[in-house]
Amino acid sequence: MAINVAGKSIETDEEGYLTNLGDWSEEVANEIAKAENVDMSQNHWEVVNFLREYYNEYQIAPAVRVLTKAIGKKLGPDKGNSKYLYELFPYGPAKQACKIAGLPKPTGCV
Amino acid sequence: MTQVAEDIEREAGAEAVVKKFMFVNRKAPHGTIYALEGLEVVLISAAFDQDVSLAFLDDGVYQLLKGQETKAIGVKNFSPTYRALEGYDVEKLYVERESLEARGISEQQLLVAVQVVSAGEMAELMEQQDVIISS
Repeated sequence: MAINVAGKSIETDEEGYLTNLGDWSEEVANEIAKAENVDMSQNHWEVVNFLREYYNEYQIAPAVRVLTKAIGKKLGPDKGNSKYLYELFPYGPAKQACKIAGLPKPTGCV
Repeated sequence: MTQVAEDIEREAGAEAVVKKFMFVNRKAPHGTIYALEGLEVVLISAAFDQDVSLAFLDDGVYQLLKGQETKAIGVKNFSPTYRALEGYDVEKLYVERESLEARGISEQQLLVAVQVVSAGEMAELMEQQDVIISS
């Protein structure tokens, strides 16, 4: 599969995750979000950027439980809970936020 | 796994038996797939609220060495992922002293905090486990 961003074709796997992490850009993120029916607000970007930082540091996409806890630590308890994250990403922070962040599917997310 | 499935697991987990799992790592990190696959299994099992520990013996101690650089052999350097274990509440990492000494590695050269134990202590730890998975 592939998505088109600004006339450039970007390869994804059959579930829509980027094949090459290096292909990611904010435009690519917006394009994936559009296909997921997610309207990117500042709160969405906060989570997406957090995920990218986490991946940079640890080389994995975190499990939902770990993400929720880590977000709570960094951004406060009103954001570090599943209700908040699911409001932003109805199909799951792992499934949708990681996809938009250009990361692979989280390990343990079978 | 979906969040719903994970929540169900967790609720069931309140009554389920927590077993002691030990994952034993004996191979150097990048020549084979064992270390990476083993680590992934650890991360997955950590989501099921089990009592998880890791043991590093023989060439497995090389998995924890700081400053790994894999670009030249064209594989992913997953060594930073060991530092994520704490966030997964996996905090029991045991390293066999004899294996470190035989390879001239000191505890300061390791990228995470570990407990260095003797071969005898390691055997005792293994004895306490319900499940041992070796890779």
